[in-house]
Amino acid sequence: MIAEQNVVNNLQVRNLHKRFRGQQGEVVALRDINLSIRVGEFVSIVGSSGCGKSTLLRIIAGLEREFEGDAFLDREPISGPGPDRGVVFQEHRLFPWLSVRDNVAFGVAADAPAEIHRSVQEHIALVGLKGFEKAYPHQLSGGMAQRAAIARALVNRPKVLLLDEPFGALDALTKIQMQQEILRIWEAEQTTMIMVTHDIDEAVYLGDRVVVMSNRPGTIKKIIPVDLPRPRDRGNFDFTRKRNEVYQEFFASAESIPEYVI
Amino acid sequence: MEVAGEEITVVTGSQPVPSREPKGRDITAAESWQGAIVPLLILLAWETLSAGGVLPANWLPAPSEIVRTIFDLAKGGELFRHIGTTLARITAGFLIGATAGTVLGGVAGSSRLFRRLFDPLLQSLRSIPSMAWVPLFLLWLGIHETSKIALIAVGVFFPVYLNLLSGILQVDRKLLEVGHIFKLNGTQQLRRVILPAALPAYLVGLRSGLGLGWMFVVAAEIMGASKGLGFLMIDGQMTGRASIIIASIILFALFGKLTDRAIEQAGRYFLRYQQD
Repeated sequence: MIAEQNVVNNLQVRNLHKRFRGQQGEVVALRDINLSIRVGEFVSIVGSSGCGKSTLLRIIAGLEREFEGDAFLDREPISGPGPDRGVVFQEHRLFPWLSVRDNVAFGVAADAPAEIHRSVQEHIALVGLKGFEKAYPHQLSGGMAQRAAIARALVNRPKVLLLDEPFGALDALTKIQMQQEILRIWEAEQTTMIMVTHDIDEAVYLGDRVVVMSNRPGTIKKIIPVDLPRPRDRGNFDFTRKRNEVYQEFFASAESIPEYVI
Repeated sequence: MEVAGEEITVVTGSQPVPSREPKGRDITAAESWQGAIVPLLILLAWETLSAGGVLPANWLPAPSEIVRTIFDLAKGGELFRHIGTTLARITAGFLIGATAGTVLGGVAGSSRLFRRLFDPLLQSLRSIPSMAWVPLFLLWLGIHETSKIALIAVGVFFPVYLNLLSGILQVDRKLLEVGHIFKLNGTQQLRRVILPAALPAYLVGLRSGLGLGWMFVVAAEIMGASKGLGFLMIDGQMTGRASIIIASIILFALFGKLTDRAIEQAGRYFLRYQQD
């Protein structure tokens, strides 16, 4: 167990505002976002589409550089992308002309060929794609392509892995499988992970905390700690209760739907 | 660089789209020979009708007569000089046109300013029917090689330029963003993301350009030459020998197809990632 005084926040977002200039004037995408994320923590961010959750992730990734407020990674202000942050998108975004191996090797920061090779092989093995090194993206299934994208994002051993609805386009069964895979990788690599999703079940299953965001402007409505032991059982009563707790943040007026598990 | 929001018309020439067999089904050797049945039947009928005197020999000589003509021309070495001249012209014209198309297409693709300044001009030059250049080129560059090569180069230039430009402009923004995440600079982004992504369109441009190049070499040689396959055609016309005209047509088709295949094969090598 990590002692309280040793808990380190490696990601901090303070008083963050983000406006987009649209055709009908300004649109406030994010308002007053404050969030601290501990080293090695898994944080899920849930919200309906348009709540700015992806924008928040893109700011942390360094892809959106115009914002008000502060975003720090290990006390360094975030001013652009960097090898200390890996990103996985909803689409795999693999380069179609590169094999799995070359896609994973695409952004390797190392110089020595031996080191590159070792790092690439390790991460291909980590995501369970051994034997598919020479395959091209169009030969892979959706789940396998997303595994390759995860390997590519992890190859520089980033401090934080940012996941932008990475399993949103996968079928239900592959999705569950990939959720277990990402947990296995998280436990093996001990990387801080932030996942944006609109799937409450996924958010509760994966997260140490669930950040619930609300719409227009995007604000943090509530942060719900998920203090359930891992591996988690989706059929478990506590799990269901936690899921309903998140659910009610969205549909507070609606009556809670009791779920009974035999 | 910006990608979306611009519409570029892609010029396609004779047979630009690299044909791919339907997935999961290989054409068997027997099936591929089926395509030869009808042409062979036509040749057979043609030969028979010619031998029977039904087809006038001076207008439509028998296939065997055309083959003999090709052999006769080859025997004296005359044929190879004509072929050599034509190939030299198309090679020079293709290299110049393709190089210019590649450079300008690449610059236009990476510079919005260049595109604003020059693309409308180039687009309007494209709408000039190519043959309209002939008198001007003859006046400027004389009747010898330079004007012919220039005409071929103009024909090759536009498909290469337009396809490369549209290929670059249509590079997926999402892939460029991956480049940003890995902190690629402009040159690396060009070399590692934009050019590989634009390569399929570029190869289509090269093939279309070559197809147009062959059209233009015929035009150039018909309009005034003392050597070359096009000259051979005119010579056949002047001397009333249809067999020479048809022999030249066949040779044009043959070399056009061979050079097209060469680019197609090179393309297949570079785009091997698309194959299953």
